[in-house]
Amino acid sequence: MAKGVVTITVERCKGCGFCVEFCPTRVLALSSAFNSKGYHPPHVVAAEKCSGCDLCGMYCPDFAIYGARINGGARGDAHAE
Amino acid sequence: MATTIDVPVPGNLVEPFLRSERIPHIWCPGCGIGTTVNCFARALLNTKKDLRKVAVVSGIGCTGRVAGYVKLDSFHTTHGRAIPFATGLKLSRPDIDVVVYSGDGDLFAIGGNHLIHAARRNINLKVICVNNLIYAMTGGQTGPATPEDAITATAPFGAYEPAFNMPQLVEAAGASYVARWTTYHVKQLERSMTEMLSHDGFSFIEVLSPCPTLYQRRNKMGDGLDAMKFYKEKSKVRHGAPTSEIGLTRDGEIVVGKFVDRQRPDYVELMRRQLREHLGERFINDGVPTCC
Ligand SMILES: Cc1ncc(C[n+]2csc(CCOP(=O)(O)OP(=O)(O)O)c2C)c(N)n1
Ligand code: SF4
Repeated sequence: MAKGVVTITVERCKGCGFCVEFCPTRVLALSSAFNSKGYHPPHVVAAEKCSGCDLCGMYCPDFAIYGARINGGARGDAHAE
Repeated sequence: MATTIDVPVPGNLVEPFLRSERIPHIWCPGCGIGTTVNCFARALLNTKKDLRKVAVVSGIGCTGRVAGYVKLDSFHTTHGRAIPFATGLKLSRPDIDVVVYSGDGDLFAIGGNHLIHAARRNINLKVICVNNLIYAMTGGQTGPATPEDAITATAPFGAYEPAFNMPQLVEAAGASYVARWTTYHVKQLERSMTEMLSHDGFSFIEVLSPCPTLYQRRNKMGDGLDAMKFYKEKSKVRHGAPTSEIGLTRDGEIVVGKFVDRQRPDYVELMRRQLREHLGERFINDGVPTCC
């Protein structure tokens, strides 16, 4: 089972792709679907790989996505060096 | 499309710091300003500060909008005047942490004189400068941080004036904490902001941030994500590097890290010391806790 879960607020997304690029375990991909503003938000392609590190949440300039540890674990310490 | 959750998870860490009703914000797709706000919110969480005692002051510009999006006491001043407003606030309310969040043009062009004098006095302000290398809000004109040869709205053949090296300038003026990161370095930026919030004295962090709409596009540097990859490729962490050696160029290495961390007496301390010395018993006003 995945250690984390990612939550996406589709309508806030502007499709920059930061979360897709910088997710260390490659959980996300940009979807071919549009939100109501015409952007392609990300969707989850490998839910089981999510560690809940919340790096997507740190990168997202639109506050549209975040990761969390399942069962209240501490926030992740994944690193972007 | 959003993942369904059947286990309770905490919400987005940044949400309590936002005026959610104003989101989506006006920043363009791939703009880095929002990313810096994530780091700032996490830094505030790390310090466990009483949020009723943190104020954010911005000038005008895309970055200046931060004051309108954070759910803290905040003030969106006129262009270039974030620092004088923040100085007044800090002097009248020494008990609160005053953060100045503004752009390179606001802080280094029209507000440049305020900046250097606040640094000289070592006024206890925390300055976050989002550097997108141009005046973004007004259409991408050349500013004091524009690197040579960069194409801008006012430099169609490339900027030919030398740019300010921000860390060198503020260090020379007297800043006691100076760092530079990019929006790629989210973890390091969070740590640096956390450190800055606990530092006494004039503190300054430069954050290099993409402006795909006006800077990257004219310079054929792609979109926001391309800028992030560029930062990743070109950045070198060199803590303690002499600030004279870390000026930015259009395509060259980006030196990041903490460059200055020193203790100097701050303005309020010096003022109180003198008043105490000269007025003796008559000096009673140690800090001015006012109102509520
Ligand atoms: C007194 C005054 N002069 C000029 C302007 C026009 N103006 C608005 S924003 C801006 C520049 C903003 O650039 P910067 O501070 O780098 O912020 P950015 O938009 O790049 O984040 C200027 C010149 C103004 N609002 N007020
Ligand atoms: S113009 Fe540039 S700095 Fe302003 S919101 Fe757009 S990308 Fe960001």
